[in-house]
Amino acid sequence: MENLNLKLKIWRQSSPNDKGAFVSYDVSGLNTHMSFLEMLDVLNEKLVVTGDDPVAFDHDCREGICGMCSMVINGKPHGPQKGTTTCQLHMRHFKDGDTVTIEPWRAKPFPVLKDLIVDRSSFDRIIQSGGYISVNTGSAPDGNSLPISKEIAEDAFDAAACIGCGACVAACKNASASLFVSAKVSQLSLLPQGQPEREERVKNMVSKMDEEGFGHCTNTGACEAECPKEISLEYIRKLNWEYHRSNIKG
Amino acid sequence: MILDNKIPAGPLEDKWTNYKAKVPLVSPSNKRNLEVIIIGTGLAGASAAASLAEMGYKVKTFCFQDSPRRAHSIAAQGGINAAKNYQNDGDSTYRLFYDTIKGGDYRAREANVYRLAEVSASIIDQCVAQGVPFAREYGGTLDNRSFGGVQVSRTFYARGQTGQQLLLGAYSALSRQISKGNVQMFNRHEMLDIVKIDGKARGVIVRNLVTGEYQRHFGHAVVLATGGYGNVYYLSTNAMGSNVTASWKAHKKGAMFANPSYTQIHPTCIPVSGEYQSKLTLMSESLRNDGRIWVPLKKGDKRRPIDIPEEERDYYLERRYPAFGNLVPRDVASRAAKERCDAGYGVGSTGLAVFLDFEDSIKRLGKEVVASRYGNLFEMYQKITGEDPYKMPMRIFPAVHYTMGGLWVDYDLMTTVPGLYAIGECNFSDHGANRLGASALMQGLADGYFVLPYTIGKYLSDDIRTPAISTEDEQFEKAEKEAKNRVNKLLNNNGNRSVESFHRELGKVVWDHCGMSRNKNDLEKAIETIKDLKAEFWTNVSVPGEENVINPELAKAGRVADFIELGELMMRDALARDESCGGHFREEHQTDEGEALRDDTNFAFTSAWEFSGEKTPSKLNKETLEFENVQLTQRSYK
Repeated sequence: MENLNLKLKIWRQSSPNDKGAFVSYDVSGLNTHMSFLEMLDVLNEKLVVTGDDPVAFDHDCREGICGMCSMVINGKPHGPQKGTTTCQLHMRHFKDGDTVTIEPWRAKPFPVLKDLIVDRSSFDRIIQSGGYISVNTGSAPDGNSLPISKEIAEDAFDAAACIGCGACVAACKNASASLFVSAKVSQLSLLPQGQPEREERVKNMVSKMDEEGFGHCTNTGACEAECPKEISLEYIRKLNWEYHRSNIKG
Repeated sequence: MILDNKIPAGPLEDKWTNYKAKVPLVSPSNKRNLEVIIIGTGLAGASAAASLAEMGYKVKTFCFQDSPRRAHSIAAQGGINAAKNYQNDGDSTYRLFYDTIKGGDYRAREANVYRLAEVSASIIDQCVAQGVPFAREYGGTLDNRSFGGVQVSRTFYARGQTGQQLLLGAYSALSRQISKGNVQMFNRHEMLDIVKIDGKARGVIVRNLVTGEYQRHFGHAVVLATGGYGNVYYLSTNAMGSNVTASWKAHKKGAMFANPSYTQIHPTCIPVSGEYQSKLTLMSESLRNDGRIWVPLKKGDKRRPIDIPEEERDYYLERRYPAFGNLVPRDVASRAAKERCDAGYGVGSTGLAVFLDFEDSIKRLGKEVVASRYGNLFEMYQKITGEDPYKMPMRIFPAVHYTMGGLWVDYDLMTTVPGLYAIGECNFSDHGANRLGASALMQGLADGYFVLPYTIGKYLSDDIRTPAISTEDEQFEKAEKEAKNRVNKLLNNNGNRSVESFHRELGKVVWDHCGMSRNKNDLEKAIETIKDLKAEFWTNVSVPGEENVINPELAKAGRVADFIELGELMMRDALARDESCGGHFREEHQTDEGEALRDDTNFAFTSAWEFSGEKTPSKLNKETLEFENVQLTQRSYK
């Protein structure tokens, strides 16, 4: 339970149209068992008591699965620990006296709403463009009528583990959403249930991604490196393959 | 008020079939003109929104998160039950029904639970068809595992992320309907009130959490799918934003609140480590399939667990409950952990923890197999605690996880306000006084995919001649004004205390007096404490910031104000129920062995509380529980 004191440099922006700037705060007496967000809670409670505006940030489950928390810590989306969301990052990874810089996701398709909160509804619109299997409630056959090999099921799962947080976009110099799109395209094209809409799905999702203003993939691999669920770059290869395949198939 | 549960006549196993065969239908051309509002996009809300839109209704859906995919169903780990009997181990609809009724300590409605068991199999089919990557056997068929309180393997799972995969399935179905224009989705909007016109629910007042704008929305019917209220305890496994506000507003508009004190304290969570703690993290019940729970035989034994020899360990669940061992139901496991810790055998720096040990399983199965089953949970444990569970037993302690209580609903899932429905965790209907593991996902999806789409038609078929009501109606006007006044009061209170500090204080009172064990004296005192807290809140709370921008403190303030009022009702409910049952353990009522002692003669009923005004205590109404198909016995897992 080491006593930790930090200097925070936090991006403050009152509204989408505000220019925004870094503001420095000192926080002291932190416990190393705290999570990063609990550290911000401590700061915010102090700000509230002094009548200042607390730092706004998105968060909900604090278990690393809802995908809501989103901040760039010392230049890295979700901070320094590999395969970890901000809410699961604990203060034992910081040293007494450290300066920590905290910024929102920076990407054109994710406009800042306030402080560290961005608008990620572009991700929802990409899913709406085809990230589903068209099956109405009540029309499904028996679950075991369609055997799926363990290998395929596991591969589909690895892709489906994406939490839609947007770290891949924040990490990419082109603000590409390729890893996000590839995860959903791969999951559904690997499974037999996803075959009927396979070609149409990838075309629609890719064109929606472009339309929303996400950039192109240049294979730097930054997305994979920063993904809190460690979604593999391999799925982008698969996305490209699926995309070309759909063009050939027409 | 007389509670009509509208249970159809006839034998238990025919009720739902006959109901569906005879329920009035709405023609496609009429469905297009009928609007349904759904609050919440978790498993229940998203599945209902998608299904109703597929049927042709016009749907509007609201969530407070930035996307419907964030709802807290996403955090469910272990699995979802279904009576498929794929394992050929003797499972059946009846057995799932029976296990659920028994698991709930005979405080749930037979007909609802039977229907739940009946539709469970279709849920799995639906989810598989959506592309949910459930765990599979090498031959390609679906795999199952076992959960607490049952002796069959009926739990379907997707690693330790079953809730995530099921929610993403429902979210994808919802997204498809949004893209077709059948559902209008409102992210970052919070419901502030229900609008009633001529006694019926006809709409909602919501606030846009980004702009602060108030909006009025009309619906022929309103469906709440807003989850549980475990955050009344401050510390719980719920998401930070999970709240009771929608249910509470409905309650104040005439919806009865049933069994508010029935809360589930989950036995396997990561223990509290300090005052700064904002939430608790669950370690899935599935871990009890292979992990063994123990404490040292010697009080205050400070040795490292791996240094304590086998003969100096007390595997107290295996000792007390040889038939079910580590897989006893949650309420039983939680109480047993509390008993050991209270007696001085607890471990860790606070003495409020027990060990969950995988040493034997790793020896028996090998590290790879254990990792394939629980790898992500072990990783999560290590991230939070900094300890490696492959080498050192986990330390765990019970934590608030689920609320069995909720809005009272009839067989149609309608509350006591006509046209207002409650589905998923926010209703009270299926789990009695204790929920079995892997049953919450089942209930959420059962309600949303397979129950509500039928039952809501019964009400709407009567409404086909009702044109959309203008939101200029005076009831909309009035409800919006009240909501605004309340927000302004919070913002202009100029007090000295943070919202957080009130929430923390409330949580401590509710945990101490309405947690794992309760007694008359404490409950009576707690009612007074909470009344004082409420008075102080409204004079001394400080809410910074402005109304027309994102203001998380403001949203939290409104939620905490409602939690305080709910806290008082929970105490009253726990006090009125002068027996022990399931998660509700009254110290005055226990067997010689410390097990919950029910009083079926006097308490085989559901408590449904009726709001009677700000100054008058709520009124208790009782719905008698009729058991025609199971015999009430003392629940035994020995």
